[in-house]
Amino acid sequence: MAINNIWVFAQGADGVPTTGTLELLSKARSLTSNVAAFVGGDASSLAAVLGEYGATKVYATGDLGGKLPGPAVSAAMKAVIDGGDTPNVIFFPQNYEGRDIIARLSVKLDRTVLTNNIDLLETADGVAATTPIFGGNTLVTTAFTGNGPHLVSFRPKSFAAESAGGAPASVVTAAVPDTGAAGAAKVLAVHVEASTGPKLDEADVVVSGGRGLGESGKYGLVEDLAKLLKGAPGASRAIVDAGWVPYSYQVGQTGKVVKPNVYIAAGISGATQHMVGMKGSKNIIAINKDKEAPIFGVADLGIVGDVHKVLPQLIDLLKSRG
Amino acid sequence: MNIVVCVKQIPDPATPGALDGSSNALKREGKLILDESDGYGVEMALQLAAANGGGDVSIVSMAPNGEVSGMRTALAMGAAKGILVSDPALAGSDALTTAKVLAAAITKMGAADLIIAATESSDGYTGTVPEQLAEVLGLPSVTFAKKVEISGSTLKADRQTESGYDEVQCPLPAVISVTAGVVEPRYPSFKGIMAAKSKPIDTVTASDLGVTAVGWAGAGQKVVQVTQAEARKAGEIVEDDGNAFNKIVAYLENLKVI
Repeated sequence: MAINNIWVFAQGADGVPTTGTLELLSKARSLTSNVAAFVGGDASSLAAVLGEYGATKVYATGDLGGKLPGPAVSAAMKAVIDGGDTPNVIFFPQNYEGRDIIARLSVKLDRTVLTNNIDLLETADGVAATTPIFGGNTLVTTAFTGNGPHLVSFRPKSFAAESAGGAPASVVTAAVPDTGAAGAAKVLAVHVEASTGPKLDEADVVVSGGRGLGESGKYGLVEDLAKLLKGAPGASRAIVDAGWVPYSYQVGQTGKVVKPNVYIAAGISGATQHMVGMKGSKNIIAINKDKEAPIFGVADLGIVGDVHKVLPQLIDLLKSRG
Repeated sequence: MNIVVCVKQIPDPATPGALDGSSNALKREGKLILDESDGYGVEMALQLAAANGGGDVSIVSMAPNGEVSGMRTALAMGAAKGILVSDPALAGSDALTTAKVLAAAITKMGAADLIIAATESSDGYTGTVPEQLAEVLGLPSVTFAKKVEISGSTLKADRQTESGYDEVQCPLPAVISVTAGVVEPRYPSFKGIMAAKSKPIDTVTASDLGVTAVGWAGAGQKVVQVTQAEARKAGEIVEDDGNAFNKIVAYLENLKVI
């Protein structure tokens, strides 16, 4: 089967396509020139950049009126497919909206899903996707059997986002059919948790804290160091579950995937859950009391020591240098 | 208020995972335990039922070999009864088939007002089953719910987003998936553990539920290759003698970060 039609579920933020969307478009256009972006909402401000990165067409549902995108966007996709445009593969980002839509669509089309992938290959008889398991030590490649559309989701930063210099894409309306009871959930209010400094998944330096900090009050050390290095503070799942910091700080399999120039892990042992989210960092510094901690297996510089001593020393020195 | 919680029984995460040599499926032999992620859903169900005039909390699970030890943990926490779908034909089922099987089991249990699942399991983590389940049942859903309240036949939840959270309103019946840390799962009491031994678990097969094309036959996917990822080279490890912070500073200077 030759791939000759790919859709990418495209998201915007503040009127521009997200980096994740551009990553998926870049990969899609390396497989076929026939790439459509599918937007759950209004696409007028997005079409130029979506075209620049390889979309030749943009399907847009128009304003969802507060409906959650899962039922609405999957129903709109199904309607376009029923109308005769059948993609071989549909790409989704591994995030909240992407997950909900791919899941609903899989039931509507009676197709399996492959999630958490980092690559997609065209094989002699179809399409296969690669996912890392066991903390990224093992790569599993899984082929779709049966007919498309094949539904696949990718982790952030799986592909480089590169402009193709394409023309603005034309926008085609993909109306949302009546979704009945399944579509009855509505957003009443949107809350943005304030954060200062660079975004966690875009920062050049990330300083993350874990259980080794001992108590929530000590997380301030991580924030101070991150600020001094113009980086973003992050966290292991353990301290997010313990309620020390919001979920948006979490680095790992169920949190954010980060690939900064420098990653500093303070008091983090290195559970596979965490390693999946930071192993791709260029330089890793780990500080941990336990010299057997798995985090030292991936650290470029490992300090076997007490974070309560090392972090304040480091912070004081950096402050004194201004 | 009748609440059903979907629970998964998984190999102990403390033991390293392995793939079966012939099928490349995750090995799920030996004793299974309640997925830690599901403790939050069970606890939330017990709290919501208590806050809304009582009613039963039931659990549903799909597992090989008639395995119930993880379900007993949920029953010991306070769930009233369970249904287990166990069938050799289910081996190799994908997430979509799992959702169809769970939906059929939930339907068999009778009218549920609310169905709760974890956002994803700790062993396979496809992460789509709750939303697929909602679609199979034709119900609305709120995934990644971190705070949940019910008033009458309306559910309100805070749903995680990339930048914070949304307040979402949804009519019942509905499906929600809850994140870890939303509530503090209770430890089963001795009395609870004893009582759990005699609580009913109805064991059924996929065909009892009328779900066909399950297991390897129904999965639209097949593992074609397993390789080892390129290992990261371990670097320099030093014991802190009181001056290790200087090492970090030198390292950062070398990278021109400071």
